[in-house]
Amino acid sequence: MAREAELRLRERLGKLRSMRLLGGTGLQGELERLERQLELMQAEPTAEEIWRSVKLARHEDRPYTLDYVGRLFEDFFELHGDRAQGDDAAIVAGLGRFGGRTAVVLGHQKGRDLKERTARNFGMAYPEGYRKAMRAMELADRHRFPVITLVDTPGAYPGVVAEEHGQGGAIAASQAAMLRLTVPTVACIIGEGGSGGAIAIAAADRVLMQENSIYSVISPEGCAAILWRDASQARKAAEAFKPDAAHCLELGVIDAIVPEPEGGAHTDPDEAARFLGEELREALEELEGIPGDELRRRRRARFRSLGVYA
Amino acid sequence: MSERIDVSIESKQPALPTDGKRHPNTCPRCDSHYRDDELQAALWVCAHCGHHFQMPARARVDHVADDGSWMEEAAEVRSDDPLGFFDLRPYAERLVEAELDTGLGEAIVVGQCAIGGHGCELAIMDFKFMGGSMGSAVGEKFSRACDSAVERGVPLVSVSASGGARMQEGILSLMQLPKTVAAVEDLRDAGSPFISVMTHPTTAGVLASFATLGDVTLAEPGALMLFAGPRVVQQTTREKLPDDFGLSESNLRLGHVDAVVARAELPFVLTRLLGLFANGA
Repeated sequence: MAREAELRLRERLGKLRSMRLLGGTGLQGELERLERQLELMQAEPTAEEIWRSVKLARHEDRPYTLDYVGRLFEDFFELHGDRAQGDDAAIVAGLGRFGGRTAVVLGHQKGRDLKERTARNFGMAYPEGYRKAMRAMELADRHRFPVITLVDTPGAYPGVVAEEHGQGGAIAASQAAMLRLTVPTVACIIGEGGSGGAIAIAAADRVLMQENSIYSVISPEGCAAILWRDASQARKAAEAFKPDAAHCLELGVIDAIVPEPEGGAHTDPDEAARFLGEELREALEELEGIPGDELRRRRRARFRSLGVYA
Repeated sequence: MSERIDVSIESKQPALPTDGKRHPNTCPRCDSHYRDDELQAALWVCAHCGHHFQMPARARVDHVADDGSWMEEAAEVRSDDPLGFFDLRPYAERLVEAELDTGLGEAIVVGQCAIGGHGCELAIMDFKFMGGSMGSAVGEKFSRACDSAVERGVPLVSVSASGGARMQEGILSLMQLPKTVAAVEDLRDAGSPFISVMTHPTTAGVLASFATLGDVTLAEPGALMLFAGPRVVQQTTREKLPDDFGLSESNLRLGHVDAVVARAELPFVLTRLLGLFANGA
C-alpha cells in the first residue's frame, strides 16, 4: 500500500515539475512539500529517530486540535455533550468551514497549562467523549458534511467511572459508527495515537500522520512494563514496535505522511497548519464524487485488508 | 453434586505456591484442587464454589456444537512476525511454543457447526495461546468467520477470552480492532445475527472491538470485562476499586451485557436465542 502512495506522489511531483518550467511561483512551496513527503516515505528511521518522534509527539508546546482548528477552519462552532451523560472536554467536536465548505471536525484536545490539562484530562477521553464524537459523525452523515478527525491522545482514560460507563463498548461503537458513514472521512494523527482511544476516531477513508507523531497499540512505557517488566525500558520498546510514521506507512496503516517544519510542529505552528491543511484538502479532493455506499464499502475493505499473517 | 465435592476434598492438595503462583488446577476462590480429568468432566467449573476456570477452545467447541456438526475453517492461518519483534525472547519463538502448548494454530478457532439444530458459524478464543491476544491472524480468522456466516446466511456466535491486542505485532494489532468491527458491520448489513459470549477475561482490544458488538451479549459468571486492567486503573487513579469491579455481575447491573450464563447452561441458552432469531426471518 505504501507503494501505491509512492506512485501517486511521484505522478503528482512529475506534473508539478513540468508546470514549474512554465514559471508558476506559487507552486514552489507545494513542490517542496511533496518532495519532502517522498523523502519521508523512503526513510528508514533509526532507533534514535523513533525516540525523537516519541518525544516530539509529546512535546508540551506541540499544536493541539484547537490550534489547528483555529488556523484551518472558518466560523468554527463547537458542539458540546453526548446528550446522555455529560460533556467530555478531552474530545472537541464542531462544525466549521474548511476550504469554504461546511465540515464536521473533531479531535482529542490536551491542555496547555495545569488547569486546562486537568480539565481536559490530558486528552484521555471517557466514553462520553466517544459518544459525543459519534453524535457529531452521525450529524455529518445526515447533512452530507465530510468528517475530519485529529487524533492526539495517550489513550482512553483508565478509570473506575470510565469503565462503569462502558469504555470498551464506546470505543467499539465509535469505530462501528465511523465505518457506517457515507460521507468522506479523513483522520490525521497529530501527536500521540494511543491505542484504542485513538482508533475510536481514526477508522477513516484516508489516514494521515504528521511526520513526528506516533501511532501505537500501547504506550512505550506500558509495553516495557509488560514485556520487559520495567517501564524505564520504554525506548527499547519503542524501537521494537516502531510507532513512527514511516513504519506505519510501510505497513499500510496510513496513506501519507504530513511534513512538519524543521525541528517539529511546535517550532512554527502556522507552517505546520499550512502543511496539514494542504494534505487534508488533497485527501478530501481524492474522495470527492465517490458515491456514499461505495465510500463505505472501500473504507471497510481498507481496514479489513490490514494485517500480516502466514 | 455432593459426590464431586467429596472427590475434590480428597484430592485437595495444599498446592503450595512455590513461585508465588497458584497451581492452574487450584480454584482461586475456594482453594479446591482438581485433577485434569476432574476439571474436564466438570467443564472446568469448580464443583465446590462454581468458579469458572478458563476452558480450552476445542473443549468449548465440543460443549456447544451438536455432535458431528463441527467443520473447522481457516485452520491454516498462522501469525507472521512483521516487525521481527524481540523482547526478552523472539516473538517467533513464543508463537511456536504457544502452538506446542495448546495444539492450536492461533488464539482463535473458527468453523461451521450446528447448535441445537440451528446452523451457525462459531468463533472461539483460547486464553492459553499467548493470553488470547489478538494479532493479524486472529483478526483475519474472525473476519473470515463473519464472511462465512454471511455466505451461508447463518448467525455468528463468538466466545471471547483475551487480554487484548498482541503487542508483538505493534500497530498492526491495533488495526485488528477496526478490521473485526468492519467485519461485524458487514455481517450486520447482511442481516446475520451475532451473539457474543464473553468469558474470563475479555479485556482491552477485544472488548473494544467485536466482543461488545453482539446483537445479544452474554457473559460467563465472574468473567472480567474491562478496557483497562484493574492494576492500571488502580495505579492511574489510586481509587479503591469496587469488589466486583469489571466482573460480569457488575456489567449486568450497569447495563453492558444482556445475561450472565453459567457454562453448563450455555448450549441451551444459545439454542433458545438462535431459535428466536430464526423465527423472525
